Amino acid sequence: MKKSIGLIGSAAIAAIVAASAVADPDDNNLVIEGQSLVSETTAPEGSAFEIIYSGWRFRSPETQVLETDDFENPGMVAVEYGYELWETAAGSSGKSCADCHGAIEESMSGLRAGLPKWDEAAGKPLSLEHLINRSIKEHQGADAWKWESAEMLAMTALIGLQSRGMPLDVQTDGPMADWYERGKELYYARVGQLDMACANCHEDNWGNMIRADHLSQGQINGFPTYRLKWQGLGSIHRRFKGCMKQIRATPYKPGGDEFTALELYVASRGEGLSVETPAVRQ
Amino acid sequence: MNRTMSLVCGSAQKWTAAITVGALAAASLMGPASAEVGPDDVKIDDGVVAQPIADQPGDAAAGREWASGRKLGNCLACHAISDLSELPFHGEVGPPLDGVADRWSAEELRAILVNSKTVFGDQTIMPAFYRTAGLNKVADDFAGKTILSAQQIEDIIAYLLTLKE
Repeated sequence: MKKSIGLIGSAAIAAIVAASAVADPDDNNLVIEGQSLVSETTAPEGSAFEIIYSGWRFRSPETQVLETDDFENPGMVAVEYGYELWETAAGSSGKSCADCHGAIEESMSGLRAGLPKWDEAAGKPLSLEHLINRSIKEHQGADAWKWESAEMLAMTALIGLQSRGMPLDVQTDGPMADWYERGKELYYARVGQLDMACANCHEDNWGNMIRADHLSQGQINGFPTYRLKWQGLGSIHRRFKGCMKQIRATPYKPGGDEFTALELYVASRGEGLSVETPAVRQ
Repeated sequence: MNRTMSLVCGSAQKWTAAITVGALAAASLMGPASAEVGPDDVKIDDGVVAQPIADQPGDAAAGREWASGRKLGNCLACHAISDLSELPFHGEVGPPLDGVADRWSAEELRAILVNSKTVFGDQTIMPAFYRTAGLNKVADDFAGKTILSAQQIEDIIAYLLTLKE
């Protein structure tokens, strides 16, 4: 993969330099399996943006097309695995997810669009991975999955898919208000040897090229996302971690309070965009 | 490293070159060598660092290499430089550096490279390439280290001063 990019690189450089003044997202419409998705919409109130765009709009046509056809979408392999896990009995209860939750198309519809969400018992917002692990431990009586494990990614992809096309809409008031503020602080906090915040790239410079990468608004409506660079699916928190490493910062822990707060804040910045799980990116 | 290599290459080609290089090296050793200035001791006044921070003069050829390498200066990540057009993917986060020598002096470029926030203000995205204080959550591998060495800063300044329009 890397090699072919390098080869087209020298030929494409002239075009890229020439096109540097028009680095906006493209005008393509995202239609997946005949369903139109919202990849561009008026920004939520109080947003730093006027219009918000899905990261899909910043990708090359070759990458874009992979997401529009479920047979081409490499993330769908994990979804298949997720279906298997959904129906397999596990733990001391001897029950499968399906035994309690029934048809996933109904029981899990809409869940992804509203995450992270406040959980009274935990006394904090929970991400999808937290919810899955709680159910595995408390309902199934089985061992929790690791945050970035194949099982967890398969299940978050499968559950996320049940909300595909639905608009992101997260609670940011009430008990979530403090977490929203915390996430916002993290979004604007400069960290690492490069001393950068999320906002420096994804708010101030979206649309610009940073070396070979076209900077997006950093929206998270497609997670878990299949990244060609990863050759697999990855979670929202993995992506946060990758950004922090790039600026030579010590990342927060996936599943920890900081990334959950940041996930909430970033999700709120994308309200109105369609869930694209499992999205495909470069 | 690169400095040494270019000197070695020069001397390998011709004896006369070797003699010249040797004489230059001797001269610079005997001259009033300025000591390297640590990141906490660089004085930035009014957007200017008046004196070189390394003990050797900048080498433009080496600076050209630091500017293009992804692991070091990586200037190309954010800036387009026509002189490096053989390399793909020039960024557009910062202004193109063509003609940068017509716009800034060596002393100003030194301040921008050491800590651009002292010149452009706190909002700039440009990293401080010779600073260790005032940073947060720096990864262990980079803690207490500057992005570039004092010598690399001087080399890059020498290179940037060749970019005239």
